[in-house]
Amino acid sequence: MKFKTNTSPFFSSTNNVSAVMLQVLLALIPGTLAMFYFFGWGILFNVVLAILFAVVLETTALIIRKRPILPFIGDLSAIVTGWLLALSLPPLLPWWILFIGIFFAIIVAKHLYGGLGYNPFNPAMVGFAVLIISFPLEMTQWIQAQGLGQQPNFGFIESLNIIFGIVSVPDWDAITMATPLDEIKTGLSNGTPYSDIIKQSSYLQSTQQNSWLWSSLAFTLGGIWLLYKKVIHWQIPVALISTLVIISTIMHLYSSDNFAPPLLHIFSGATILGAFFIATDPISASTTPTGKLIYGASIGFIIYVIRTWGNYPDAIAFSVLIMNMAVPTIDYFTQPRTFGHKSFATKKRDIGKNNGSDS
Amino acid sequence: MSQSSNKLTQNTAQTRKLWSFHGGVHPPYHKDDSNKLAIKFAGIPEYLVLPLRQHIGTDAEPCIAVGDKVFKNQLIAQHNQHGLSANIHAPSSGIISAIEKRAIAHPSALHANCIVIKTDGKDVHSDADTLTPISDYKDIPPEELVERIQQAGIVGLGGAVFPTSVKLAGSIKNPSQKKVKTLIINGAECEPYITCDDLLMREKSTEIITGIEILLHLLNAEECLIGVEDNKAEAIRSLRNACTGNNQIEVVSIPTIYPSGGEKQLIKILTGKEIPSGGLPLALGLLEQNVGTVYSIYQAVVEGKPLVSRIITVTGNGILHPQNFEVLIGSSFAHLAKQAGGTTKMADHLIMGGPMMGFALEDDNIPVVKATNCALFTSSTALRESNSAFSTQATLPCIRCGKCMEACPANLLPQQMYWHIRAKDFEKAEAHNLKDCIECGCCNYVCPSHIPLVDYYRFAKNELRDQSIAQEKADLSRERHEFLLFRKEREKRERDEKRAAHKAALQKKKAAAAKAKADGKDDNNGDAKADAIKAALQRAKAKKDARDKDASLAKKDTLAKSIAPGKEGTAINKVQKADKKDET
Repeated sequence: MKFKTNTSPFFSSTNNVSAVMLQVLLALIPGTLAMFYFFGWGILFNVVLAILFAVVLETTALIIRKRPILPFIGDLSAIVTGWLLALSLPPLLPWWILFIGIFFAIIVAKHLYGGLGYNPFNPAMVGFAVLIISFPLEMTQWIQAQGLGQQPNFGFIESLNIIFGIVSVPDWDAITMATPLDEIKTGLSNGTPYSDIIKQSSYLQSTQQNSWLWSSLAFTLGGIWLLYKKVIHWQIPVALISTLVIISTIMHLYSSDNFAPPLLHIFSGATILGAFFIATDPISASTTPTGKLIYGASIGFIIYVIRTWGNYPDAIAFSVLIMNMAVPTIDYFTQPRTFGHKSFATKKRDIGKNNGSDS
Repeated sequence: MSQSSNKLTQNTAQTRKLWSFHGGVHPPYHKDDSNKLAIKFAGIPEYLVLPLRQHIGTDAEPCIAVGDKVFKNQLIAQHNQHGLSANIHAPSSGIISAIEKRAIAHPSALHANCIVIKTDGKDVHSDADTLTPISDYKDIPPEELVERIQQAGIVGLGGAVFPTSVKLAGSIKNPSQKKVKTLIINGAECEPYITCDDLLMREKSTEIITGIEILLHLLNAEECLIGVEDNKAEAIRSLRNACTGNNQIEVVSIPTIYPSGGEKQLIKILTGKEIPSGGLPLALGLLEQNVGTVYSIYQAVVEGKPLVSRIITVTGNGILHPQNFEVLIGSSFAHLAKQAGGTTKMADHLIMGGPMMGFALEDDNIPVVKATNCALFTSSTALRESNSAFSTQATLPCIRCGKCMEACPANLLPQQMYWHIRAKDFEKAEAHNLKDCIECGCCNYVCPSHIPLVDYYRFAKNELRDQSIAQEKADLSRERHEFLLFRKEREKRERDEKRAAHKAALQKKKAAAAKAKADGKDDNNGDAKADAIKAALQRAKAKKDARDKDASLAKKDTLAKSIAPGKEGTAINKVQKADKKDET
């Protein structure tokens, strides 16, 4: 009797890439719903359109690259990328700006580098970086968040019309505003003390702050789900958030007028989304346990530096992209102690070896 | 009564501190498939095919010829003195029908030299060929016991099949090395499906304990720890009952996690010690043996039986009645399947060993060897636990999720090694301690992209081995070439030195001559010159004399040779004449 032959191990677990990505998508739901609640239909349309563009562009890229389509669409990674980028964009953004963002994310950042698993940079953040540099005005205009229980400004159809440019809103400037982080950054850079900025700007006091706070809490819930499901590791979010908290606390204690308090850094802006969903993208993040701590902490540090002294109010994208570049080096120098080896022996040996081959 | 209460406390209380190793996985175990029935003898097949080499090392040397009649337990191939090998005995009586190349149980479906016995079904043995049972092993010196184990052809039955006598001899004969303090007995049996050790421990616990006592005596070790995974409660109970009263031996129930039965992992669990990379347990005063091996040692010493059979699990959804058999080495897998009720339609895989580390066989008409612990007949679908609606079992690119890293019992970075190996950067993979990979398959098992990681590591290890062999060769030729250059250089230098010395001497002479000329009136110098000339003349004369003498001697020789009987007188005269001539 003849049998099939292949090699051990013959067992394989139920785990697969689609299941991993599906967990990420599930974890994004609470945060997305919270944002939808506060910012209206614009958020949902962003998400739906982004996913649609992402899938279409992914399919096109796969066809051009002569890759099997179903397994790679089925891995859901394009949907995750589209969704994450959509959540970083202001609601009611014109559709073509969204398309450009997705194009850079899927085509340039992902497929030009070899597709799933080969992208050194986080695709969603590449898309975001391109947009914030190219369309700074559109990208910083967020429509006012509505208070809890109030109706969104724009209805379903109205929102669609705005996104596709069928209707233009005459008083656009009046209903949109900068994000709290942006507002405070501008204020601080003008020399206004922090307490005065808060006083002057009535919307910073309650509703606006709350909308970001609640969205962030909803994303935290999703993040905890991912930790519980072991889709992500604790190191990156913990290191990122705690670094940001520590630095901002120190600076705020040093001068409460010139530096925003830690709570603002954590809960107004994309910190939580970034810490749990963006910086943890396994493909572009550091992979060793120690490396993840360094990677997460460095992102937290760079976020603070850019927010405080840089040109951008929120800084998740640039911090993540900068640290993406450092990943191979971090990974190489943070190898865990192999069974039966002395700690750091590997490192020393490697360094010795490299020196040897260089000379 | 007191004994039973003692038993009870022994069974329930376990005070020993246990350690854990990094990673590990919990695959579906399927142990219940085959552990319900008692061990059954698989019977004598018509033909027994015995590969001469069942382990690393060299072939054993056949000591019978085709057509010979052999008895059960008779030695048919002797271990090679010059290489690593083990004795092979006839598992049953019959006639040697061939010594030829046959397909063996090997991942690459290799053919190798085998002895084929056509059995006669009588299973008779002759007293002349059997080993004498040793009833009181305590009076026997360790060396003799090791010799007995070697005679019985015992090899490690846990899978490595390393000749046990070599391992033991290395532990007792080496005064420079550490003495074995703790004997570790591996009854973990962490591979899914396999239950042969489980059943053996249940049914032969007394024999196993005796085997351990033999080893303790042989090694002069202080204690013995038997590690058994806690999913084998009955085996643990049975062993504990068997060793009641012997406080040197402790049966330790360890948590069920694959690969707790790996040598390094089990030692870590039981002692908290890590065997240094590339080292042996002996370095830590430890020695590990599998329960099956210990049972064989018992049989060899106490019963005088060589290793001609072993317990094999025949299981999987491709088998009608999965169970354990005592199988004569050399029986075919097909014979085993038949004994277990035959294969079902689902059987499209035959795996020797477990699903994590075993290897697939193309054909079931292949003999089982000493290493065979399991014959897994299964369908492909049973091996894939899948599946959710989105699941594709196709291999996707690595997403660096790190599941492999979490599962790796060696605490390696499988994802990084994979990356470097794909780039054919084997040195980088080596720098990530690729050589510490035990190929347990955990990384492969958990990989959401279903990447055959272990294949990559095997490939890279082979490449590195080839590279190092090539490197050695290159080093050797470079050394030779360098020596050649050095020699040429040295010869040239020596020549030059000689020439220089000669030249210097000449110049000195010239200078001396010139000086002599200059100081011409100096008598001493003139005398010296005259003396030198005189001496040279004398030398020349002496040389000439010597030459002449040589010539005359040669002449004398030829003359002496030419002396014929009857012409003696004249010949002697001639010689004398010649002598006289010389004198003048």
